[in-house]
Amino acid sequence: MNIAVEIRDVAPQALSSVANAGPAPKRIVVGYGFWIFLLSDIVMFAALFAAYAVLVNATAGGPAGSQLFDQRNVAIETACLLLSSYTCGLMSLAASSRRRGAFYLAAVLTFVLGAAFLALEIREFADMVVRGATPQSSAFLSAFFTLVGCHGLHVTVGLLWLVVMMAQVAAKGFRASVGRRLLCFSLFWHALDIIWVALFSVVYLMGVSP
Amino acid sequence: MTEATTEAPEGGSSGLAVYTIGLALAVLLTATSFWVANTSLLWGPGIALGLAVLAIAQMGVHLVFFLHITTAPDNTNNVLALAFGLLVVFLVVAGALWIMGDLSSMMPMHHHH
Repeated sequence: MNIAVEIRDVAPQALSSVANAGPAPKRIVVGYGFWIFLLSDIVMFAALFAAYAVLVNATAGGPAGSQLFDQRNVAIETACLLLSSYTCGLMSLAASSRRRGAFYLAAVLTFVLGAAFLALEIREFADMVVRGATPQSSAFLSAFFTLVGCHGLHVTVGLLWLVVMMAQVAAKGFRASVGRRLLCFSLFWHALDIIWVALFSVVYLMGVSP
Repeated sequence: MTEATTEAPEGGSSGLAVYTIGLALAVLLTATSFWVANTSLLWGPGIALGLAVLAIAQMGVHLVFFLHITTAPDNTNNVLALAFGLLVVFLVVAGALWIMGDLSSMMPMHHHH
């Protein structure tokens, strides 16, 4: 009942803003559409989390998480991603007030921190493979590499996207279409950090705590 | 969701304050999570639950301070979509654990742990 009332309240505003057809309503529609995509992505991660939780003890005689995970490495990865989320926020602020220098600085910081995260994750995966803990060795490791690797792939895509956005700002300036893409990028980047919070809590910290 | 990043006049010091408060809360919750996982002061079986609560709290902080999900009227659509997404996430995770837990408890062959 409440929900129905709320929708009825919102609808006329939305209609009137669509009728005005300025850049602001389009920005809201684009943000909403991208938010729906992000939620569907989160649902996909939920399925991977569920598979991991079901298979976490199926180590097939191989190593368990507590023998493989290095908490110091995870803490540094977490710090990189959290700080890059913050610098991404600063990048949005710089873009909305059209400060080019601050925008590039925040974008480069975001990129460097994201790349550092990715490098640490690749090094962790390589270390595990060298020690014989490959995705093929147990259902637990298959689930681990799928879940954490999928997040790593998202971060990789995010880094490529960030480079494209820096190039677009350089070539086109802060026009409305670039602003909408920057909005989507920042939503994407913050959502990746949210997924990482679930990852380090469920996979790494629950995996190593006795 | 789009509020703080959309309006140019709002982008000044108040926007910076929102992100900075969010960062401080997130750092605090992350540090607490790492402490909880490593301390011997807490009751062992409760640690997983504690970590889950801290993680959910931190996700809430990120949603409010970084993604700007609020309860403002112009945010209703975003919040409704989020609520539906969370319902699906809950069904997938809880359903999988419930069914697979039942299944493995009915199979005498499998006794991991």
